[in-house]
Amino acid sequence: MSTQNATSLSDEPVIRCDSVYKIFGDNAESMLKKANGVVDAAKFQAAGCIVGVNNASFDIHAGELLIIMGLSGSGKSTLLRCISRLTDATAGKIFIEGEDILKMNNKQLIELRRNKMGMVFQNFALLPHKTVLENIAFPLQVKGVSTQESVKKAKEMVDLVGLTGREDYFPRQLSGGQQQRVGIARSLVIEPDIWFLDEPFSALDPLIRKEMQDEFLRLQSVLHKTILFVTHDFDEALRLADRIAIMKDGIIEQLDTPANIVLNPATEYVRKFTEEVPREKVLKIESVMDAFDPLESMSDFTVPHNVVIETVAEVILNSSKPVTVVDDAGQAVGAITAAKIVHVLFGSHSTKGSENAS
Amino acid sequence: MIELFKQKKSLQFILLLVIFYLLNHFIVPAESNVLWRLPPLLKWFPLYINDSIGYLMFEWWPIEVYDPDIQEFEQKPLVSQFTRVISGFILFQIEFIREIMLGGAKTVVTFSSWDWVTANPWARMPGLPWTVIAGGATILGYALAGRRLALLVGLSMTYISVFGQWEPAMQTLSFVLVAAPVSVFIGLILGIWAFRNKTVEAVLNPLLNMAQIIPHFSYLIPVMVFFGIGDHAGAIATVIFATPPMVRLTLLGLKKLGPEVAESGMMSGCTNWQLLTNVLVPTARRDILIGVNQVIMQCLAMVVLASLIGAKGLGIDLLIALNRLDIGKATEIGICIVLIAIVLDRMSLAWANKQTDYFSSLSFIEKHKYSLLFAALFVIALGLAYVGQFIFPEGFNYLYIVPHNKGMSIAIYLQSGVDWIWDTYFFALKVFNEWLILSVLLPVKAAYLGMPVIATFTLFMGIGFIVGGLRVALTVGALLLFIALTQWWDRALITAYLMSVSVLVSGIIGITVGTLCAQNARSTRFILTYCDTFQTFPSFIYLIPVMMLFGITDTAVVIAIIVYASIPALRYTVEGLLSVPETLQDAGTMSGVNRVQRWLTIELPMSFPHIALGLNQTVVFALSMVIIGAMIGTDDLGQLILGSLSDRNGVGNGLILGVCVACIGLAIDQILRTWANQRKQALGLN
Repeated sequence: MSTQNATSLSDEPVIRCDSVYKIFGDNAESMLKKANGVVDAAKFQAAGCIVGVNNASFDIHAGELLIIMGLSGSGKSTLLRCISRLTDATAGKIFIEGEDILKMNNKQLIELRRNKMGMVFQNFALLPHKTVLENIAFPLQVKGVSTQESVKKAKEMVDLVGLTGREDYFPRQLSGGQQQRVGIARSLVIEPDIWFLDEPFSALDPLIRKEMQDEFLRLQSVLHKTILFVTHDFDEALRLADRIAIMKDGIIEQLDTPANIVLNPATEYVRKFTEEVPREKVLKIESVMDAFDPLESMSDFTVPHNVVIETVAEVILNSSKPVTVVDDAGQAVGAITAAKIVHVLFGSHSTKGSENAS
Repeated sequence: MIELFKQKKSLQFILLLVIFYLLNHFIVPAESNVLWRLPPLLKWFPLYINDSIGYLMFEWWPIEVYDPDIQEFEQKPLVSQFTRVISGFILFQIEFIREIMLGGAKTVVTFSSWDWVTANPWARMPGLPWTVIAGGATILGYALAGRRLALLVGLSMTYISVFGQWEPAMQTLSFVLVAAPVSVFIGLILGIWAFRNKTVEAVLNPLLNMAQIIPHFSYLIPVMVFFGIGDHAGAIATVIFATPPMVRLTLLGLKKLGPEVAESGMMSGCTNWQLLTNVLVPTARRDILIGVNQVIMQCLAMVVLASLIGAKGLGIDLLIALNRLDIGKATEIGICIVLIAIVLDRMSLAWANKQTDYFSSLSFIEKHKYSLLFAALFVIALGLAYVGQFIFPEGFNYLYIVPHNKGMSIAIYLQSGVDWIWDTYFFALKVFNEWLILSVLLPVKAAYLGMPVIATFTLFMGIGFIVGGLRVALTVGALLLFIALTQWWDRALITAYLMSVSVLVSGIIGITVGTLCAQNARSTRFILTYCDTFQTFPSFIYLIPVMMLFGITDTAVVIAIIVYASIPALRYTVEGLLSVPETLQDAGTMSGVNRVQRWLTIELPMSFPHIALGLNQTVVFALSMVIIGAMIGTDDLGQLILGSLSDRNGVGNGLILGVCVACIGLAIDQILRTWANQRKQALGLN
């Protein structure tokens, strides 16, 4: 998918944040003005303000899945709520398809949410007095779509998320995973371009969480939404994201592809997260391969460029010669050696200091 | 030394008590001594209120009003015109419901005239046969919670009819059926408003606190001045009294939802109105309906008192019976009120707890079975009432209505039962009564009255300071100062004495009995049911049995207060003990505690903040009962409030007296609540 992004990079970003600040407290705005763009969380706290988001700037392009990762209190949900304007950012600009949403009035905002945005919540936030079908049809109903039309649409969504046969259940009669499927269906029913997910799987058991992540990837491969996904689970972020933004104390510490974050952590904080990561499960061949040299003698077999190391490690490690990496069309795009694999997987652990120096 | 003193609160309390004792000992009781009693600097205040209300009602902003009787325009003051319109509106609704149940012509007269109704006798509205209402209520009970509730409702309604209390009971009910929806509506709106707007919440909060403690009587007086007397005045007083819990529970329910529900609604593209009606209120349904339940209970609690300003129904009959010391009759009517209260309470609770079921694939008959059942019942009952004409050719058609006081009565037996108790236990009761009055109540009362004002202030502000610092001390001081500056400080001391004696006993009973009952699941259930049931009894009802046993004495009042006020103490003790976390219990067990150690070292400390809130409620309950005790004859603030009800210029006095009572309650509330919150925070229970 990252190659797709490369082509759309020239287009206008779907979501653009420009020095967004969110500071809670009575005199937040005047404090911010005085601070002149340099916000010191400790100083603000002393004055009774809490810094939620501190100078966040980034773009999200069409069809891209950006994950905001951070521990609790890092400001990740606040940032998401600023972009969906559930809270108003204290300063900065947020553009959705080129329009500054901070300047929108209530009516425009409702219009935007009714047509362009969908959101999934951590604790599902389903309406307890409505059935599955009614919950899913709810965004259409408030929009004024006819009952018949919205029921038809909602039924399609029920099928899409695999809840067929449970239309007339109430949320309390469903398991957590099923409830979140309803939440997902509800957020998709208006066919939004932009999809917000606020820790959608955090309230679920580990096994169910895995299942829902697969489901999520399946949906995204069909729907190609522009997604802003918030999680505190680093493994989840690595598994799903096109790009990851790691937040700490309201500041985005690093924003990059999963592979780059694992291989080149920008700060000490990020490095701590990446230490325990099983690299063979995360890194794809293309992110560690060397350039293809047609003169070199290669082994007989090839490996695809976009699989994780784990799946092809045995082949590569057993080969005495470099292995050719091919793209989807079968063209050679790089080469990989057993030594390189060993270095990527184990090198940094054994020779941390010299690795960093080189 | 000073360090130790700062840390040990017990030492601070001891010092406080020593100072209190010394002040008591050395201050000279003389009227001129400011330390003994403060001068009544606020004496002008009630008069000022009287004058302002008089001006507002009868002089301010005269408007031209057309008088159809003399066919001319007249000058009338705006406010009295305004209140008259409201009165008329409410009275019409009460009459309308009443005539559906009992028949009559007033509703028709509203749209025509007496002359027309006299000329066309057919236009009188016939009442529904009692069987229809009783049966309908039974069906509703069944629909809400199944067979047991249906049985309870059916038997209660039958009792009311058979004992010839149908007419007053329906009058009472019609009054509740108007007052309760109005309260619910107003409460809902205020609650939502407070939820959306922090300023409104900040303004409403102290008002709600106040409204809960101001005695019922105090509401009656201004209502009487503004709206006159009659059913509508009773209904308006009831609305004012019953709305606060609705506001509170609406606000609580909406706040409890958490931000996600509202956010999900907003992200679905709801407008503000859609968010409110489709998302927030339905999601908070249960708490809001508990609020409805509270409203109904408050309405019934007001029933008897509202009859003091002219509301018809069971209340006035009960008052008359009590005044004549006709205990048998009073008991019968009391049972009716209690039955109505229990039935309405259980029904509204069942409604709150009922989850809507989905009926998408049901047949017409299944979907509408209850309406169809009611239609059938309606036809059959009408038929029966028709047949009844022939069965009882002379006299009363019992299948249509059992006329007032023409039903069964067991009043004579009850009366002779009471007489028998009196004859048999006369000496025992008398000895107890005399002992209580002479050796307990009178000395305590004398001690309270012998307390110099400076000592009282020192004690309460001191406790406030030790518990919550300067802020609490000043709040408590301000509340007491208000009372001290009126001319009723001594009366307030008597109220405080009655209250504190009863709260002490109630608290001890509540905590011990509650603890004992919490030991086992069955007794826990029993005691909670007991609390639920007795809490639904309108407070006035408690006066009947105590008057029966102890006559018109302070003993009767104190016993009634103790019984009534021990309910919250009991409930909060049981709830508090049950809320001690399981893991903590296990930890205790593994450390090898025995039963008593467990109670003393684990359960009691963990649950005491909650119990303290129970004691707070006990104080509120006790205060309201002390004031109602004026009906029996006490000489405290309540008696004066009751007196100002029949005084032409009683508004000012009544209001200020009510505020005095509220001040006592709020001062204690302030101390107990601060302490409980601190403890909760320290134990990490929030």
